[in-house]
Amino acid sequence: MEKEQFYYDNKIVKLFLIATIVWGVVGMLVGLLVAFLFIYPSYLGDISWLSFGRLRPLHTNAVIFAFVGNGFFVGMYYSMQRLLKTRMFSDTLSKIHFWGWQLIIVAAAITLPLGLTSSKEYAELEWPIDIAITLIWVVMGINMIGTMIKRRQRHIYVAIWFYIATFVTIAVLHIFNNLELPVSAFKSYSVYAGVQDAMVQWWYGHNAVAFFLTTPILGLMYYFVPKAANRPVYSYRLSIIHFWSLIFIYIWAGPHHLLYTALPEWAQNLGTVFSIMLIFPSWGGMINGLLTLRGAWDKVRESAILKFYVVAITGYGMSTFEGPMLSFKSLNAIGHYTDWIVAHVHIGTLAWNGFIVAGMLYWLAEKLWKTELYSQKLANTHFWIGTLGVLFYSLPLYVAGFTQALMWKDFNPDGTLVYGNFLETVTQIIPMYAMRAFGGTLYLTGFILLAYNIYKTAKAGSTVEDELAEAVPLKQISGSRLAGEGWHSWLERKTVLFTVLTTVAILIGGAVEIVPLLIVPENIPKISSVKPYTPLELEGRDIYIREGCNNCHSQMIRPFRSEVERYGEYSKAGEFIYDRPFLWGSKRTGPDLHRIGGKYNDNWHFNHMFDPRLTSPGSIMPRYPWLLTDKLDTSTIEAKMKGLVTLGTPYTQFEIDNALHLLNNQAEEVENNLRQDPEYVKNYGDSNMQNKEIIAMIAYLQRLGTDIKKAETAQN
Amino acid sequence: MNIVFFMIIVSLFIAIIFFILFLKSVKSGQYDDLYTPSVRMLFDDEIVEEKKETKTKSN
Repeated sequence: MEKEQFYYDNKIVKLFLIATIVWGVVGMLVGLLVAFLFIYPSYLGDISWLSFGRLRPLHTNAVIFAFVGNGFFVGMYYSMQRLLKTRMFSDTLSKIHFWGWQLIIVAAAITLPLGLTSSKEYAELEWPIDIAITLIWVVMGINMIGTMIKRRQRHIYVAIWFYIATFVTIAVLHIFNNLELPVSAFKSYSVYAGVQDAMVQWWYGHNAVAFFLTTPILGLMYYFVPKAANRPVYSYRLSIIHFWSLIFIYIWAGPHHLLYTALPEWAQNLGTVFSIMLIFPSWGGMINGLLTLRGAWDKVRESAILKFYVVAITGYGMSTFEGPMLSFKSLNAIGHYTDWIVAHVHIGTLAWNGFIVAGMLYWLAEKLWKTELYSQKLANTHFWIGTLGVLFYSLPLYVAGFTQALMWKDFNPDGTLVYGNFLETVTQIIPMYAMRAFGGTLYLTGFILLAYNIYKTAKAGSTVEDELAEAVPLKQISGSRLAGEGWHSWLERKTVLFTVLTTVAILIGGAVEIVPLLIVPENIPKISSVKPYTPLELEGRDIYIREGCNNCHSQMIRPFRSEVERYGEYSKAGEFIYDRPFLWGSKRTGPDLHRIGGKYNDNWHFNHMFDPRLTSPGSIMPRYPWLLTDKLDTSTIEAKMKGLVTLGTPYTQFEIDNALHLLNNQAEEVENNLRQDPEYVKNYGDSNMQNKEIIAMIAYLQRLGTDIKKAETAQN
Repeated sequence: MNIVFFMIIVSLFIAIIFFILFLKSVKSGQYDDLYTPSVRMLFDDEIVEEKKETKTKSN
């Protein structure tokens, strides 16, 4: 058969490449801003939209979805066309995908600092943006599948299988974790409550790691490492086995994020077993990647790109060893909630994701601009600075994590805690936080060198937007829609596309119908004294979410002697049935707050929120002065309560009709409590504090974890 | 904890999709040759230089 000539679309690859570099710098810069807040809590000027709780989600979302996401799209658009010997299915879809994704990122960069967040980690974006993500993701999927349909190469190379897994699984995860009931333009409540919400969130959270930070990067590894080394992958057979086993096992590992919590134990054990099994496919991939360089180690000495890959794959091996180990309950009891987890995550992101993407960008710069890299020396410098950055980032945090765990659990011979004041365990590790910030600075510096190097390369090179290629067409598959053929009969011939579209359709339909049925009966209280939040407490809880308090404070006391001694009675599943979303948190930079209610008086909370250093010298918590001056917005309280009733919270009609009245009454009570302190009367006596946000926050904090105490006092 | 059963169903659903894709790919001969694809991908980028110059449409 005759060869056909056609053109690869290089322009879309270039666009995504530029976006990757720009968002990489932005995302890492926000990370660095946040890292310095640990050392200088007020250096950003105590401005609401620059506070830690709002910037941290911006950092995580930016590096995951903007940097690594765009990085994946760069490699996907470049390699798919070449592996399948065809141009992308539709240039229009490619463009919609590109601009849609960048707009979503901009929307995230605006809404997250404004405190518009659902609080669920790596799924913080509110419902309108969630819908946009779904649409753009499907656009990408159609473009991918369409490209496969018009391919000229029958065999689908292993990298593409990883891309497909990414598309399908992220679609499912994103839809199910973000099922929420909107109550206003940028506020929604999760359809799941408490334990269930936690379960779904970490099923999503872990698989976001698996299918957004692992499978796409493995796909890139299987294309760009052999290319850079000019060696075929060590074992193609292993890559196939490793792919299928990885995707079948990963999806079950989520509950390891919830060990020792109120999640039923069998679910925890299920997560542990699958997490430990995961080491086999993960290391299969790691070994396959490293051994691809067999006989090419002399090239590693010269090539910065190969050096990046070696460290990246080693980092992948390290973090996928650590992950299963941390899923053992005994080790999890030490590592969970500490900075060990932060170090673990950053080995995966900085070394594995960041370096695979960096190596790929350098390699592509030469290919896309048809020239030599501007400076190999600079790329090598980037490699060494970056590697040092990874070490300076992670090693101090490992030390910090162990220090925290040991101090949290340290008992005196008489059975009291050695470090009864949580703050001591924070101030102890501040030097580690400083070293971490230094490591981050190194890493970002390296990345800026990459930006400069690639900019110079692009300037020196020439632009080829449509690259000529040729290949023999496939007889049966090459024809797209036949003339006069209906699109559906065409679709039926294309079983792959049909499967995917059907899946999406079934999932959306299934979600809408099944979820409410399953969720509503669950809201029957299991602990009779646990009651819904009052209107004021509900508003306070939403402020807690807006300020991102859950980024540093957990609300889940594990059943350990050290935790019960420090915080109080361990947390029960039945206590969270009205929590939409759940706020268990994943990291304790500050103490757990589940039993904070009644522990301190209202004035303590008031002063503490105004300036944590007043009540707790040495604290690194942000100041929240705006809570004392901003008026509480009560305009949506009825819509919020009605929404919660729809989801199953038993508010009465009377409570909804009189929501504002009830809210104001409770606010006055709190304000009257505050007036018992003459200092408060002197400074804030005339400032109408009862309608400020701080009052709602105090009401919520004082309610936390107190419902089961009521049951105890009632029994006595 | 009904949600767990629900999620097992969803997870199984994903697994089944992939299982079908797996069977299809095996049947269609995707994995009959486990060596050539790894080498072929190394030679797939650029068109040979002289062809660009002559600009012939067929060969």
